[in-house]
Parts: sequence; C-alpha cells; structure tokens
Amino acid sequence: MNQAVQAAPAAKRKPKETGVPENTKYLHPTLLKNYGNWRYHDRPRPGVLHHVAHSGDEVWSVRAGTQRQMDVYTIRKLCDIADNFAEGRVRFTIRSNIEYIVSDEKKVAPLIAELEKNGFPVGGTGNSVTMIAHTQGWLHCDIPGTDASGVVKALMDDLYEEFRREEMPNRVHLSTSCCEINCGGQADLAIIVQHTKPPVINHDLVANVCERPTVVARCPVAAIRPAMVNGKPSLEIDEAKCMCCGACYPPCPPMQINDPEFSKLAIWVGGKNSNARGKPTFMKMVAAGLPNNPPRWPEVGAVVKNILTVYKEDARPWERIADWIDRIGWPRFFEKTGLPFTKYLIDDWRGSRYNLNASAHIRF
Amino acid sequence: MAKKMHDTPNLDQLESGPWPSFVTGLKHLAQDKDYVVDLLGQLEESYKTKKGYWKGGTVGVFGYGGGVIPRFTELKNADGSPKFPDAAEFHTLRIMPPPGMHYDTDTLRKFCDIWEEHGSGLIAFHGQSGDIMFQGATTENVQKSFDEFNEMGFDLGGAGPAVRTSMSCVGAARCEQSCYNEAQAHRAVLNTFLDDIHRPSLPYKFKFKFSGCPNDCMNSVQRADMAVIGTWRDNIRTDEGLAKTWFAKHGMDELVNDVVARCPTKAFQVKELSKIKAGEHTSTVAVNDTHGIEISNQDCVRCMHCINVMTGALAPGKDKGATVLVGGKSHLKIGGLMGTVVLPFIKLETEEEVEKLVDFAQRTIDFFAENALEHERTGEMIERIGLTNFLDALEVDVDASMINSPRMNPYVRTDGWDDEVAKINAKKQAA
Repeated sequence: MNQAVQAAPAAKRKPKETGVPENTKYLHPTLLKNYGNWRYHDRPRPGVLHHVAHSGDEVWSVRAGTQRQMDVYTIRKLCDIADNFAEGRVRFTIRSNIEYIVSDEKKVAPLIAELEKNGFPVGGTGNSVTMIAHTQGWLHCDIPGTDASGVVKALMDDLYEEFRREEMPNRVHLSTSCCEINCGGQADLAIIVQHTKPPVINHDLVANVCERPTVVARCPVAAIRPAMVNGKPSLEIDEAKCMCCGACYPPCPPMQINDPEFSKLAIWVGGKNSNARGKPTFMKMVAAGLPNNPPRWPEVGAVVKNILTVYKEDARPWERIADWIDRIGWPRFFEKTGLPFTKYLIDDWRGSRYNLNASAHIRF
Repeated sequence: MAKKMHDTPNLDQLESGPWPSFVTGLKHLAQDKDYVVDLLGQLEESYKTKKGYWKGGTVGVFGYGGGVIPRFTELKNADGSPKFPDAAEFHTLRIMPPPGMHYDTDTLRKFCDIWEEHGSGLIAFHGQSGDIMFQGATTENVQKSFDEFNEMGFDLGGAGPAVRTSMSCVGAARCEQSCYNEAQAHRAVLNTFLDDIHRPSLPYKFKFKFSGCPNDCMNSVQRADMAVIGTWRDNIRTDEGLAKTWFAKHGMDELVNDVVARCPTKAFQVKELSKIKAGEHTSTVAVNDTHGIEISNQDCVRCMHCINVMTGALAPGKDKGATVLVGGKSHLKIGGLMGTVVLPFIKLETEEEVEKLVDFAQRTIDFFAENALEHERTGEMIERIGLTNFLDALEVDVDASMINSPRMNPYVRTDGWDDEVAKINAKKQAA
C-alpha cells in the first residue's frame, strides 16, 4: 500500500505507538486538583468563564478567537501571553478558540487587554456568535469547491462584534464546508458548496486513475455506469439522474465536479447537536445558488448577516435558530428573512415524506 | 531572507479587517521560507481561478500506513514542471491531541520549533476530527518531524479507512456538568485501537467522540460512529443557596418563560412552597420564601436545559454514566444520520466499567470490519441490515429507549413472538 513504508531501509526508527497522550501534565494545577469536583460556573463578562469547585477553588478562563491555521509566530505570541499574563496553561475549544486558565481574578483584565492589543478578540462564550468550524479548502484539500480559511476570515470580520458580545438569543454555531461531504458539520447556520452541473469527465484518464466499480458504487442515485468512450474504458453519467453531489470525484478525480461558475454555495440553518430542549436536529437548506466569489464572498456574507439579524431581533431568550423556527414556522422564516422559498427546498430524498406537513397545522 | 514574494492581490484583501488573518501569518512565514512564498503563490492562483490544485498520493512514516495527508501540486508548466516548485509537496501530519486539548506553553513552543525546522511553520489547532494539523512538509521531512513529535510523546492520528483521531470535551477537568471521566474513557478506547488507527484496513472510517453530558459539546451524535454521551439515572441535584441567588437576579418571568416553558417533557414545575410534594423521584428546591421548583425526574429526559440556565442551582445527579449511540455520520452516501441509542446507560466509574465500554467498542469494530461493505459507514450498515440484527450480533438486549416509537407498519413476520416473550421473562426471573 504505502510506498514510503516499502522503500524504508531496515535501520529506520520504529515509531513509539503511544497513542493518545495523558492530559494530566498539561492541566492547569487547579483543574487537576479539582478534577471531577466542580460546582457551578458563571460568566462575569463575554469571553470569560468563572468556574467554582466544591473545594472553594476558583478559575477564570479567558477565551479568545484565533485564525485556526496559525503560523509559529502567532503561536509563540499566544504562548508569550500565557507565560507573562496568565499561568502557562491553555486549551483549545472545538471551534479553535484558545482559552487561558488563571486562578487569580486580578489577572483577567490585564490578560484581556494584552490579547486584544495583539489582535486576538476576546469572546465566543455563551450567547455570542462563536468562531466558525471549518475545513481546509484550497489551502490543503484535494477536492475543494472553495476555500475555508478565507471564507471564515471574511465572515468573522463581519461578525467580529457579535463574537465579542453576548447579545444573541442563544449560542450561534456556524460551519463552512468546501464540498457536500460537509466536514464542517451540523450548525445553527452552515455554508456548504452546492454543485449545479454534473461532473465533466476526462475520458483519457479514467481507465488509468479510477477503479471503475468503486466509482459506480459511490453514486447515491446510481447515475454512473461503465462505458467505452473513444475506444477507452471509461464511465458515463446519466445526467437526468445526477444531482451533482460530487461523491464520485474523490475516488475518481477525472470526474471533475468543481467549476468556477457552476459550483455554488448554499446556506443551511437549524442544526443543533445539543440535546437541550428538543432532540438534536439536522440543518435544513434555505438558500442556494450563491456565487463562489473570493476573496471575500460578499453575497454569502450578506445572506448570513441577514438571517442572523432577523434571528437576533425575533427569537426569544434561549431559542437556538432551530427552536426559533419551530415557534414561528417555516413560512414566516422565509417571510421575515426575505429568502425565496423555491421548489428545490422541498425534500425528495429517502424519508422525505416525514419532512412534509401531514396536518392542518398552518400559521396564518 | 526568502525569495521575492509573488503578487497576491486576492489574498492581500484578507489581511484587512479585525479578525486574525491567516494570510498575514503566512506572509510572516514567507519572509524566511521559499516554501511558503510558493504556497502563497499557489493559493493566490486558486483564488484567481476558483479551483483547487492539490492531489493526494502515498506518503507515510516508517511502520505506519496512515496519519499523513499527502499533497502534491497539480499546477504545472507546459513542460510538466511545477509552477511553484518550492511548494510542490505540501503534506500534513495529523497528530493526536491530549484529551480536552490542554497544553502547556513548553509543549506548544516545542511543536513550533520542530515545525519551523522541518515544515512550513503552519499549524492548525485543530482539525475537524480533533488532530493537531501540522500543515506543509516535503516528503523527505515528514519522517524527520514525526520522529521528533513522537519522541515528545505524541503519536500520529488516523486517516483513510481507519479508526480516526478522537475528541473529548473539557469535561471533568473544569465542567460541573461532566458525568464521567471523559479523558480516561477517550484514552482507554482509542489506545485499544492503535493498530486500526495506524494501519487503515477497515471498510471505512470509524470515529469515536466523548461528550461529558447531553449538551454534547463534541457534536458526537451527528459525527461519531460511536458517541459516548454522559448522563445520569437518579434525581437532579439542587442547591438552595444558588437557586435563591439565581432567582433574586432573574425573577419569576425568566423562571417561567425561560425554564418551565422550555422543559421538553413538562417535568419542571414552579409551585407555591406549600404545594410542593417531595418524593423518591422528585427534586425540589425553594427559590424564595414563597415559591419553589418541583422536578419529576422520571419524566425528565436529561436534556440539560434547566441545568444550563440555572447552573449550580441544579446539577446532574450522582448516579452518573453514559449513553452510547452508534451510527452518526454526515451526508455521503445515503444522507446525514444521527447516532442511535444502543446502550441507554453504562457506568464508567471503575476501570472494570470502562473496560466494558472498550469491549463493546471492540466488538462493534469487529462486526463493522466483517460486515460493512466497502466505503460503508456503521450507520449505513445498520440502515441496511436493521438495528435488531446489529443488536443480536453485539448481544445487546432490545430496549424501548432505543426508539422514537414502535413500528408504524405491519410488514414484519412475528412467528417468533412467543419465544421472544419467553426469553425476556426468563431473563427477568434470572435477574
């Protein structure tokens, strides 16, 4: 399988198969001491969590936004701040925010000032818009329809003040994904590539690059079949069946799905992983056809900001976007946001009848 | 000093604005590294043409079959030479983080020194599966940098059809809502499957995630093939002092509208103190001199909402453990799937109890390895064979907590009914 392994001379260093390291030596001493014995927490201000242990010990965690893809100079700067203004221990959240943990309240204000002086916004806690969960995009992915870091940078510039405040009805989690595999995951609001044309096949390459039965098997709608094209074994697509998901592209790069014009962006809302209140929910597509417009994707930013603005004004405390739409209903969601409700938003995939309204429950 | 920078008019526009800029960071690295000068050149080309230019390949470290994401440039001149030769190879090392992603600055600085020497100097904390992603090394330098990370006590994560790197929440280290030792379970499970992490040979990827409570901060329910989500069986605990403090600050409107009205099963009531009834399955606490809270714990689904709002005043019970769900995944191929409850409750306090989770994980992976089709995730396999066949194989008894409702169609052959009832009754008597 792996050429590097096969080519390796016998004298090469064998890996130490140590697996997941213990975290105890990295924990802040107060966290280690009170492990499993915390009593409650509160948030003295946006970006700061205050945890109190049953022992009476207290820690303050100051949360700051980062660009996730960090150069070593940025990481060393974050470390300098940890050594000089905090207590040398940090952790990262699932959304790439850094948290500084200190056991002395007096350190909080100078730490915040130092972080912000160096361009790291303090926030992302509670009912704020926190950092966007994202992927690799053009920087490193082999199948991206768009970029990730750049989209996130552009959006977070727009949402900067919402990151630093806690003024939303509840927490807002965003994600971006550069293809329909959706590595960014479920979110209150997600931006995902949505291709609008079937892949363009380079028939000269298919036979050499692709395992054809594998590619046929990957298609969710059985639209791909083996074919001889120009005397070469290749694949063909039933374009009437193809819904342009791009699932064939990773196992067969000659089936080029990415297109500068026809790879569009779609917006999804109402995903929620937490069990709080309702069960976890999948997000739903509410807009599509947005242009892939680097370097700042202004059309996408406008839709995102519009939805978040309406949500902020209209939702009640503790309503996530999914809870809010549950209350107001989809017709009013589209009315209030001004987004067009088109036929493409009516589900026709398996299980779709459960997404249709089988009742007389209609809001007027 | 590195070579002259390429013009990057598109990327330059990502340096303005208040959020930290990865472009500014890359340019800083490019001052000393031709490697990053050319990386910026290739990225600018992507911004110009709206196309990606990396392809995969086979690069690894000695002894392992996965954990490195190989990337070779596809941007070539007419003669086949790379347009940006210094960044022609740009591989990523996936390194597994400590549970909860805690670090001291010495460790982070050592990461930086190693990656500055052998790699691009670009590190992502963290990838979507939880890896520390050391982004950008030549084929030659992959082994060198891995050896140094490995000597520090860090190991490669998963890639391809393998057990993947896992994540656990901050949990018991700092969170009062933690219901088990997430870090212990995370390490016990993952470190059992090192062979399946480092030498990809499963039908497809398999992901574990560990969340300490039903808030599921690791988003495990929709992305983990096996989600371990903390919960408790006994009554919600109460703290009268903190309840009164909360009420004094927030008042009756918020208690009614934000807590009572949002309880999904109406298990949470506000009553005059004289009307509150204590009971074996009831949690009660006064919020002032006239009113209090009464929670019917048998109706409570452990959603966490009231505990989130009134942290400390209300808290998970003492009989803690976890619910295990299997089969979560994202869109491709059959559509997104949430995990399904397969173990409604397991204790995870002693090493023996954690070992039972490890054993269950082992049997699940074994079954997955033998029965899933190529490129089929666990959730898709269960959809294909039916949950009861999966439960049978794993020797898990059916439980009404596994379903939203019993079946809504008659298309089932039930001639084994009496045998099943007899088996259930025999088990009840033996218990």
